[in-house]
Amino acid sequence: MRPEMTAASLDTAARTSAERGALARARLLRGLLPALSLALVLLAIAWLNPRAISYFGFSLMLNLAIPIALATIAQMFVIAGNELDLSIGTFVGFVGCVTATWLKDAPLIGVAILLGSIGVYALLGALIHLRNLPSIVVTLGMSFVWQGLAILVLPKPGGKAPDWLLGLMAFKPPFVPFPIIAALLIGLIVHFGLMRTSYGVILRGSGGNPAALARAGWSLLKTKIVLFALAGLFGVLSGMALIGITTSADANIGNGYTLLAIAGVILGGGEFVGGRVSPIGAVIGALTLALAASPLLTFMHIPPDWQVAANGAILIIVLAARVLISRKER
Amino acid sequence: MASVKSLLTKPWIWSFLGALLVWLATIAFTGGYGAGGMVTAALSLAVFTVIVGVGQMFVITLGPGNVDLSLPANIGLASAVAMKVMDGNDSMIVVGLLAALACGAAVGAANYLLIWALRIPPIIATLSASFIIQSIDISYGRGLQIKPPPGFADFANWQILGIPVLAILTVLFTIGAAIALQRMIYGRSVLAIGQNIRAAWLAGVNVGRIRFLTYTLSGALGGIDGALLAGYFRGANVDIGNEYLLASIAVVVIGGTSVAGGKANVPGVWGAALFLVLLLTMLNTFGVSAGVRLLLTGLIIVGVITAAGGQKALR
Repeated sequence: MRPEMTAASLDTAARTSAERGALARARLLRGLLPALSLALVLLAIAWLNPRAISYFGFSLMLNLAIPIALATIAQMFVIAGNELDLSIGTFVGFVGCVTATWLKDAPLIGVAILLGSIGVYALLGALIHLRNLPSIVVTLGMSFVWQGLAILVLPKPGGKAPDWLLGLMAFKPPFVPFPIIAALLIGLIVHFGLMRTSYGVILRGSGGNPAALARAGWSLLKTKIVLFALAGLFGVLSGMALIGITTSADANIGNGYTLLAIAGVILGGGEFVGGRVSPIGAVIGALTLALAASPLLTFMHIPPDWQVAANGAILIIVLAARVLISRKER
Repeated sequence: MASVKSLLTKPWIWSFLGALLVWLATIAFTGGYGAGGMVTAALSLAVFTVIVGVGQMFVITLGPGNVDLSLPANIGLASAVAMKVMDGNDSMIVVGLLAALACGAAVGAANYLLIWALRIPPIIATLSASFIIQSIDISYGRGLQIKPPPGFADFANWQILGIPVLAILTVLFTIGAAIALQRMIYGRSVLAIGQNIRAAWLAGVNVGRIRFLTYTLSGALGGIDGALLAGYFRGANVDIGNEYLLASIAVVVIGGTSVAGGKANVPGVWGAALFLVLLLTMLNTFGVSAGVRLLLTGLIIVGVITAAGGQKALR
């Protein structure tokens, strides 16, 4: 697929130590890019409205950051296996509708439905692997399925979140706002699981070099099922967190999350092919998008019409910066 | 007998058979009532899917990872631009169509510029572009004259003997697209790039130029589609193109084009578009609710892909 890569790595071997130092710096810069973009957005907010940098300000600005971060992690698992999930947004909406109805009124059935939907995700992974299907088309079709189910569960906006969920999402820890603690926890747990355990390496390897992994005796069917099931699990968590914040649901509530989640993964340093993803980066990417889309624009007095464009612009700027750094790497 | 057999090996025949089956199921349900009217309605609606489907087909044929996710936003913006330029005035119809075409082509060119300059996968490039286009559309379309001129609306809805004129024109256009694909240097180059981009480059194909042309073509078709949609539905709005993201990709894949690239099929786009439109008509005739309709549409698309599958993935 990428003949130039092998050539580049041969070059690398021949380089002197000084050049190697420059290379390491470029690589470090590239790794820090997600954090740098978040810092830049935070600085801009602090400069425009210093009062926003407070416990209360962050709680407000990062209000929706937890569900976005969870949906981004879900998408990241799928991307790690060289696939793409275009249904995660409507899936989050479906989970939201179930959370606001069944999970409150009949918790056991609600839990069964949510576990079943994770099972559907696992089955999709198996189907995509066994029939060698394009994940884009399968998940695009599934996005209709989830949306249809969401409308069937909750035909009109409404419902109510279970009280324990409302209590959890309204948690106010001392000193550090809850969204920041939650984002840190999500990032660290997934980072440990995917980057530091041996099966995590196998999962990423299934995206990096599937042929080699299969020859080493690992089941690619199993890795794909696990990756999709994890995506389903984090999709469920995202939908539940979302309803815990908004208190009631609507069948279209998650629709914007599909594209936001892809953007978050890419912003966080993830690559589309090769199993190269970063959980902490993905969470940072999600936070950047959550902050830049709405609070930053409001402080800059830019009308909300341009919120979506801000996401696109940030994506393009960060990718452009990445190209500049990569050029230095060569 | 032999000719039937050779017909059955054509990948596009299945989409037409599917469309026929759905149509028969519907008229069996209504007892034959409205059979002709249904074909007319299906043809007029399928046109819009076919136009963007052909653009998407050329893009997908370029090979793994190539897909245009900016079509819905593009269609929305172009429909607003066309209606603004026409301004309810019959004498401005041609200018408005040209404006929509130019707007779409500019979006397509911008898509390729991002792919080329940032060296990012087309999915991400067209995604970021669609974010920005969507905002431009929302901001631009606010408080805008959105009604088409009466002459243009009549033209978009014009029928001769129950056959929509727009459908006839689109058939001619798809014949042109098929010739371009199979018999012209441009189309052969697209196929060559999709089969093996390095081999195509070594064989002297100007890969960059062909990809640029293909994304611009897809954008331009999205633009013209937006203008026609606004004429047909007698008004433009931001969401007018939303359903065409799934539809454009689905008709390409159901129609027998390889998602791995390098193998395209124009007649299949028509068959698949008719199949999808008739499917919706059937579900509406059966009187199912919006939720069930979405659910079944999704399940049938996943089912068809599973049955047709077996090729390398789109990325």
